[in-house]
This record gives sequence, C-alpha cells and structure tokens, in this order.
Amino acid sequence: MLEIKNLHVKLEEEDKQILKGVDLTVPAGKVHAIMGPNGSGKSTLSYVLSGRDGYEVTEGAATLEGEDILDMEPEERAAAGLFLAFQYPVEIPGVGNMTFLRTALNAQRKARGEDEMSAGDFLKFIREKAKALKIDGDMLKRPVNVGFSGGEKKRNEILQMAVLGPKMCILDETDSGLDVDAMKLVADGVNALRDEGRSFLVITHYQRLLDHIQPDVVHIMADGRIVKTGGPELALEVENNGYADILAEMA
Amino acid sequence: MMALPQVKQDVTEARLQALKMPEGAGWAVEARKAALSRLTQMGLPGARDEYWRFTNPGEFNAPEAAEAPPFDDGDESPVFGEIDRLKIVFRDGVFDAVASDDLSLEGVEIERLEDALSTDIHWLKDAYGAIEARTHAPVPRPFAALNTAFATDGVVLRATGKVSKPISLIYLHEKATSDAILHFVIRVEEGADLTVLENGPAAARFNKCMEVDVADGGAFHHVRAQGRDHERRAVTHLFATLGEESTFKSFTLTANGVMTRNEAWIELNGDNAVAHIAGAAVGDGRFHHDDTVFITHDAVNCESRQVFKKVLRNGAVGTFQGKILVKEGAQKTDGYQISQSLLLDEDAQFLAKPELEIYADDVACSHGSTSGAIDDEALFYLRSRGVEKGDAQDLLVLAFLAEAIEEIESEEIADDILGRLDGWLARRRS
Ligand SMILES: Nc1ncnc2c1ncn2[C@@H]1O[C@H](COP(=O)(O)OP(=O)(O)O)[C@@H](O)[C@H]1O
Ligand SMILES: [Mg+2]
Repeated sequence: MLEIKNLHVKLEEEDKQILKGVDLTVPAGKVHAIMGPNGSGKSTLSYVLSGRDGYEVTEGAATLEGEDILDMEPEERAAAGLFLAFQYPVEIPGVGNMTFLRTALNAQRKARGEDEMSAGDFLKFIREKAKALKIDGDMLKRPVNVGFSGGEKKRNEILQMAVLGPKMCILDETDSGLDVDAMKLVADGVNALRDEGRSFLVITHYQRLLDHIQPDVVHIMADGRIVKTGGPELALEVENNGYADILAEMA
Repeated sequence: MMALPQVKQDVTEARLQALKMPEGAGWAVEARKAALSRLTQMGLPGARDEYWRFTNPGEFNAPEAAEAPPFDDGDESPVFGEIDRLKIVFRDGVFDAVASDDLSLEGVEIERLEDALSTDIHWLKDAYGAIEARTHAPVPRPFAALNTAFATDGVVLRATGKVSKPISLIYLHEKATSDAILHFVIRVEEGADLTVLENGPAAARFNKCMEVDVADGGAFHHVRAQGRDHERRAVTHLFATLGEESTFKSFTLTANGVMTRNEAWIELNGDNAVAHIAGAAVGDGRFHHDDTVFITHDAVNCESRQVFKKVLRNGAVGTFQGKILVKEGAQKTDGYQISQSLLLDEDAQFLAKPELEIYADDVACSHGSTSGAIDDEALFYLRSRGVEKGDAQDLLVLAFLAEAIEEIESEEIADDILGRLDGWLARRRS
C-alpha cells in the first residue's frame, strides 16, 4: 500500500535535515506502528506524506499503491486515499463541521469521478458515523474544532476518517491527551475501519493505544531513521525499558 | 463663526453652482435652505479633515460626476429575485413608476418624496432633514447636508404595523454620467415592523441619505447589496434614532465599485434598544471602501453591535472609522465593535480607527480590529481532506465574512447575499 524508500527531508527555510533515510513499507490490510522519542521526526514524516508546505525532499521516494505521491497536491493525495489524523487538529472558525465534512467528501468523490452525495443522504450517513464515536449534533454544527476539548478534537479526526473512508490512514499521536474512555472510543473507531483493503500507520508514544489497536508490525524511529522493526513485543519492550536500550544497541 | 479656508469655499461654491434646489411647499423649501446653510457653514471636505484622512473626497466634491459606464446586467448575480417584496425602482436616480410596483401595501404608507415635500400639511415637516441636522457634531457630514438641500427624488415611508413584505429599493444605472441624489425618510411607529432592501449601483455617482426614526417597540431591518458596477462612486448615509425597546438591524454587502463611503450614525435614545450594523465588503483592484460609523448610547441597558469585514486584493483599499459614545447615565450599555480585513495579497490595504468614548461607569464595551492573510494551517487542513485549493480558499473567505452575514435575520435573504458572494468569488477563479 504505502512504500517509503530512503526518504530524506530537510526544512525548506533552514538547513536542517530532519528525515535521514526512512525506509518503510506498509502492506494492504496491515497496521504498522511507529514509536520513538520526541523530536525523532515522526510528525514530519506524516506531514511530508500528506503534502504540507515547508519541507523539502532531498532524496528518496514515497508511493501509494505504486503511485508517486510526493509530486501531488495535498488534495490529490487525499483523493488517492491518504488520510492524516493530525497531532494538533486545526480550528477553523466560521466553517461548520458538517459543511466541512460534506465539502471534503464530495470533493474527493468528484476528484475520483464519482457522484456527489446529496445533502439528505449525507445527513443520514454522518449521523450514523457520529453516533458510534459519541459525537452529538451540536459538535457537528459547531465550527470545525473551535471550542472542542482535546478529546473531542481527536474524536473528530476519527469521524473524518470514518466519513472519508481512506485506504491509507496515518494517525499522529491520536492517543495523546485522551482519557481511558476516549482512547477506547478512538480505538473502537479505528478497529471498525480495519479491513483487508485498508492500512494504518499509527504513530504513538505509548504502548497504551497499541493494547487496543493491535499492530502487525512496530517500528522504532530515532533521529530521522527507522532504527528497529519488530512485532508487537517491541512496543512492550519500549514500555518496560524506554528507548535507551534500543538506542544504545544501535550505537 | 470662523470663516472657512479659501480652498473649502472655492470647492463648495463650485459644487453648488452645478446644483439646483427643487421647488416644494413652503416648509420644505425652508428645510432645504436650512440644510444648505449647514453645508455652507461646514464646507465640503478636504483631505485633512478628521473624517477624510483615509478617503479622498475629491470625486464627491467635483461639480460633475466622473464617467462610469453602466455594468452588464448579465455579469452580476441578481439579488432578492425570489423574495416576495414591493419593488420601488429608480433609474439613474429618477423614480420609475412603470418598473415599480403599485405603491400600496398594508401596514405602511408609501409616498414619493417630491409629493410629500409639496404637501402643505405633512408629518414629514418635522422629519425631513431633522436627524441629518443632528449628525454633524462632533464631526460634520457635508454630503448629508448637501443631500437634504438638493435631493431630487426618494421615498417617504411610515410603517404603522407589521408590514407583510419587504420594501425593495432598486437602483438602476444606465447613463454614463448620471449623478443621483436620493433621500429617504422612514418612520417606524410604535410596535411596527418594517424591512427595507436596497440593491443596484444607482448612478455614475450616488449620494444617498436615509433617515430612520424607530419609535418605542418598533423594529427596522435593512439589507443592502451595493452593486458591482466597477466605476460607480457612492457616498451613503444611514441615520437612525431609536426609541425604547426598539430594534434596528442593518447589513450591507459591497462587491466592487471604485469608491464607496458608507456612513452610519445611530443614536439609542430609549432604554433597552438594540442596534446592530454589519458590513461585508469584497474588493479587487481599483476599489476603495470606507465604513464610517458613529453610535451613541443615550439610554439605559441598550445593546449595540458593529461587525465590519473586508476581503481585499490586488490593490483594493478598505477603511473603517467606528466610534461608540456612551453618554453619562447610559448605564448597562453593551457595546461591541469589530472591524477586520482579510488581505488576499500583499497589495491590499486596510486602515482602521476604532474609538470608544465612555462617560458611564457600569458598561461593557469592547472593540477590536485586525488585519490578516488566509490562515495557511487551515488551508492545509482543508486540502488534506481533499478540498481543492481554490475551493478551500473560498471557504475560508466565506468563513471570515460569516460573523457579518450572520447579522441578517432572514435566512432567505442571507442566502441571496451568499449567492452574490459566491458569484464574486467564482469570477475571480475563472
Ligand atoms: N517547521 C519546523 N521548524 C523547525 N523545526 C522543525 C519543524 N518541523 C520539525 N522540526 C524539528 O524537526 C524535528 C522532528 O520534529 P517532529 O517531526 O515534530 O518530531 P516528533 O513528531 O517525532 O516528535 C524536531 O527537532 C523539530 O524541532
Ligand atoms: Mg509529533
């Protein structure tokens, strides 16, 4: 599904190399997790994949189902099936959450040459998805993320994912700032979407989330590289011993 | 009295030479002469006058209107077309009886200005120019006085009950050098409720004065869409006095026009009165848009709200001068003022002068003014969800204007205004 090869990325404005040769392949239907200390480049990887400005790819490639995504506009990547649940979801005053979701869904459908969904059908569709995530009508009507609590913002990201139904879902620290109940809601939301044709890249700091979302593969990222790859037991190792041992092993 | 500087005298005289005072009943002529004397005392404005630092009055001062070719109808998304309303049409500033509806509607008396001003006994005797005369302190408004003195047409409305549909003033512009001066006097009697709509460019140059007196418990709603005519110039005055428990709500959309000066002066005289005034302006290229607002609180527990938003690009200029004056004794005043611009490129400019002057101690007043660009984070967020860049930008522009548009109470009318905005945005994308 997602193939990243020797990806080198620096900041556009400064001479600062952040990703220093990332290699990563997530096959269809699989859940991969990336763990790693703060500042290791996890968010940068997710931003570069989704097409945010400010980064420069100096070497390497990234493909989604064989298609080069690095030259695409962010909206083209979205239409191709890529989705990023933001570590810090953005507030957009003046744009209603529902309007936002319908505009996004129909934009993607249009880009893929599909029919747009009518307002009536969309309403039914969204109500059902929202209910599963305990998102009430008020949250749907309010401006995107404005005045939402940390947990509401994260649930709103998962709602967007459920509505847009992407093939490749990247979750950047979706668990941070969530209490146990909210974490469970989010994990249930993700698990409901697990499917043979859909892959996940779950970026997280803690083992906690991975108790609920069982990963197939766990990668450890440090200083802009994937330094170790293993099974779910790798996450437990991090949980018990921290990153120090793994990093020492590498050095 | 201090003599006017020579330059002002010259400019004023030159302008007056090009004008002719219409005839009318004795009291009407008196009212016009009184306005003329106000005008000659204050003189036409110069670039150094307090209210004219941001906006050059030259084109309004000129004896003749500069040429402004009328706009191609097909190029402007129509507004209010689907709304059940009573249409009153002016063509280059002249009432057009054929294009207008029958001037009769339950709950409101409608009369052409010149008829009312020619009637010996008329309630207008105490109202024509009466509010205008009070608006010149502390800062004079010479074009309003000029309007009262020389207005050639207009309409007089007296609402006595809940008026069943809006009165729609439609200003058509056909002649390239037309110079229109229209005056409206509106009285909303106790407990009456009236909605007035305005749209169209009116003329190559347009001077409008609307005096609105809302009696106790009355409600006045006003929505205006200033025409897209690129070359037209307009100076408009919206003046209102509000009685107890009365409501005044006004919204203006301005989409292009080379020069627009919208002045508003509102006085809350009765306890528990509410005044909201909002504006959304979108300008591209040679576009200068000026909102000059003065709100006086002179009663207890009144609320006023000013929301002005401007979207500017490609050399367009927006200005805002807004003041809230809270007089002694006007306790429990709730005053809010916000003026903001969204600059779509580096060429656009926004100048603002927000002011508060408060002489009561138990009040809550706030004001703020900001100028900014499209939020890149929000833009990326929208695009990452699949919204195409141009659409995402338009969505953010509409989001920026939302607080002003929300001031329109009727959903049907708000939809019309949004339609006009969509059209404006779409033309900028093609
Ligand atoms: N836009 C930016 N400007 C400056 N430094 C940045 C920027 N983006 C990322 N960095 C730096 O790159 C490194 C990796 O950051 P990030 O990708 O956020 O790490 P992580 O998500 O793993 O905590 C950090 O040192 C961070 O300070
Ligand atoms: Mg991060």
